[in-house]
Amino acid sequence: MKYQVSENCLTIYLPNELDHHNAELIRREADRQIERNHIRYVIFDFADTNFMDSSGIGVIMGRYKKICLIGGEVWAMNTNERVRKILTMSGVTKIMQIYEEEQPV
Amino acid sequence: MKNTNEMELIFESRSVNEGFARVAVAAFMTQLNPTLEEVADVKTAISEAVTNAIIHGYENEIHNISIRCRIDEKNIYVEVRDEGKGIADVKMAMEPLFTTRPELERSGMGFSFMEAFMDEVTVESGVNEGTVVKMQKTIGKGRNIWTT
Repeated sequence: MKYQVSENCLTIYLPNELDHHNAELIRREADRQIERNHIRYVIFDFADTNFMDSSGIGVIMGRYKKICLIGGEVWAMNTNERVRKILTMSGVTKIMQIYEEEQPV
Repeated sequence: MKNTNEMELIFESRSVNEGFARVAVAAFMTQLNPTLEEVADVKTAISEAVTNAIIHGYENEIHNISIRCRIDEKNIYVEVRDEGKGIADVKMAMEPLFTTRPELERSGMGFSFMEAFMDEVTVESGVNEGTVVKMQKTIGKGRNIWTT
């Protein structure tokens, strides 16, 4: 897992498979980064993610709860069709913006 | 000849086996010529059921989980079984967003995902006896599978 902090923004580069097993590791590291760096914006980068289940939704909701009190936001980027389906079905898109990349011409 | 096949997997309730379980079932179902989306649907459902067995059934203790898979014509049947603590109120457990473990950041979407991605989901459970989640999905609905 890779994490990148830039000012008050944390980008989490999610693994190939985002399930309960990986969710535990991400949660621990993400919360450490959020607390240490006074993070307000969390970006979940799904570029490498081909599998996700409801544990991934738990990770997003958990981070949102952590930062929403200080006016923070969670974002998703590089989502493939499958990930978007899961995000939409779960309703988590109500609290999270999906960043739509510009299509290459 | 009737197209049937069966397999059974038994593995320990370690979270690392969630990936193993869904990939094994995905590999087994390839003989039905599923689309990528159908494979992804089944993998998600398996992942939810196995995660439930690990977290809720066995509460992170290490015991056995078994998965039985049966193929019958275009249908895949999967049973995920644990012998853990069971579910007191199955109907409530299957409600969207209901979770007994919010402190673990469970989203309460597990059964909803199983129901969304499979054609049929039934749950049999007894307190301190364990839980069986039975799921069925028809592969290749609305398209003709090319056969020789």
